[in-house]
Amino acid sequence: MTPMLTVEDLRVRFPTRTGVIEAVRGVSFTLGRERLGIVGESGSGKSQTGRAIMGLTPPHAQITAKSLDFDGIDLLKAPSKLRRSLRGNRIAMILQDPKYSLNPVMSIGRQIVETLRTHEKVSAHQARDQAIAMLEAVQIRDAARVFDLYPHEVSGGMGQRAMIAMMLIAGPELLIADEPTSALDVTVQLEVLGILDRLVADRGMGLIFISHDLRLVSSFCDRVIVMYAGRIVEEIAATDLAHAKHPYTQGLLDCMPAIGSSRHPLPVLDRKPEWAL
Amino acid sequence: MTAAVSIDDLVVDYDGFLALDRVSIEIASGESFGLVGESGSGKSTLLRAIAGLAPVSAGTITVNGQTLAARYRDKAFFRQVQMVFQDPYGSLHPRQTVDRLLLEPLAIHGIDNAEPRILRALDEVGLGASFRFRYSHQLSGGQRQRIAIARALIIEPSILLLDEPTSALDASVQAEVLNLLEQVRRDRQLTFLMVSHDLGVVTHMCDRLAVMKSGRVVERLSSGDLASGKVEQTYTQELMVASKGFVRRVIAPAPAG
Repeated sequence: MTPMLTVEDLRVRFPTRTGVIEAVRGVSFTLGRERLGIVGESGSGKSQTGRAIMGLTPPHAQITAKSLDFDGIDLLKAPSKLRRSLRGNRIAMILQDPKYSLNPVMSIGRQIVETLRTHEKVSAHQARDQAIAMLEAVQIRDAARVFDLYPHEVSGGMGQRAMIAMMLIAGPELLIADEPTSALDVTVQLEVLGILDRLVADRGMGLIFISHDLRLVSSFCDRVIVMYAGRIVEEIAATDLAHAKHPYTQGLLDCMPAIGSSRHPLPVLDRKPEWAL
Repeated sequence: MTAAVSIDDLVVDYDGFLALDRVSIEIASGESFGLVGESGSGKSTLLRAIAGLAPVSAGTITVNGQTLAARYRDKAFFRQVQMVFQDPYGSLHPRQTVDRLLLEPLAIHGIDNAEPRILRALDEVGLGASFRFRYSHQLSGGQRQRIAIARALIIEPSILLLDEPTSALDASVQAEVLNLLEQVRRDRQLTFLMVSHDLGVVTHMCDRLAVMKSGRVVERLSSGDLASGKVEQTYTQELMVASKGFVRRVIAPAPAG
């Protein structure tokens, strides 16, 4: 299997008044048509890794990499016109909270149609039919009605499904999901993940699933990368998670309260300075 | 067993929408009681109703033997009951130092000896005196939540209302804050009423819990019952399955449409 995405020694730096902050410090991985999870705490650089691949890093940040290659295209050297044509078309991204990531003054249907017509030459009528079919594919009942609703008129779970529909309508090969279900209720979370899982499998997409929830990621992905302070501390097959070697990964797994295990006080992470080296 | 909080047939009505529909709950003094449910199930509304922040249209709330008015809460009430909110980024004043944040409840209640009390409160939540003159933007999420807890504890209440106190925090920080809450409860014999959507957190913290859905309590059970799977309502079972993470087999591909 040839990798679709190769990331080698990716670094993202933010110059600030008080010095340069290195958000991502030398991250390397490859991705085929599989589900890869990236896990870490706030500030570990997991979202910035995803954004760098998508090309959404703020302009004042400095990105360097030995290689940031998507299907033979060097993403760092690609002109912005080429990157625009990739974004949304071949690489798509699902963001955390549908309340903030959907356009509040545009109906859900028009937003989906906009994505489609940006990348493909289709008639308005055909685009509408495709958008409704896509809304049905994410298991929205009465898709024709939802098509005309505004984001504030739907629930969080429905909004996130609309977001997934919007991201998948152009048929991307690589999907980056940045905390796609963190803003949702636990029960709705599983529904949305189920839909996402089926679509990713059916269409043979590559998926990067970014989350702070190690348990959720390991139950969803094939492979998990654990990040700490801008670096990868461990890469592990999801099924082997119980045998994680790095103390940080073990600590993350251990500190979650679980039903039926009585541990008072809970074990807490003892952060070692050498982890961040 | 005396009841610290006793709620009887409470109804909260927002223009015809029943956010709480005849909810009754009794919490013993020194107990830790949990409320779980999905968004919109009314669990936060119940806390807000106790604190006087939601329009109560029927039913009674009794706290430490005193029946409360529908809306008005006096100072004596807030000396007994304090609340910790979900989002430490939104619940601390951005232009006040930690010192002022902690001084405010003392000033309101006319409590003297402010200085040693502030230092003791900071010490108790594990932050120390060096945090006293910082602003909230200079603190991490976990540190902010510690300040919010210190602010609630500084006037020595007997009941703490906790509205998703750790859901905005990372898993590793969550463990620290949960440990802190358990410790202060033990040290001060506090009564906790805790809302969370995470069954793991609630069973860890609470002895008994109530499952809420659409403004009603659908099931009451002990943490032990939950752990051993003695669950009657399918809704509670769904919540339990959901808390265990994603299982590919369980979510069978349902037909679209």
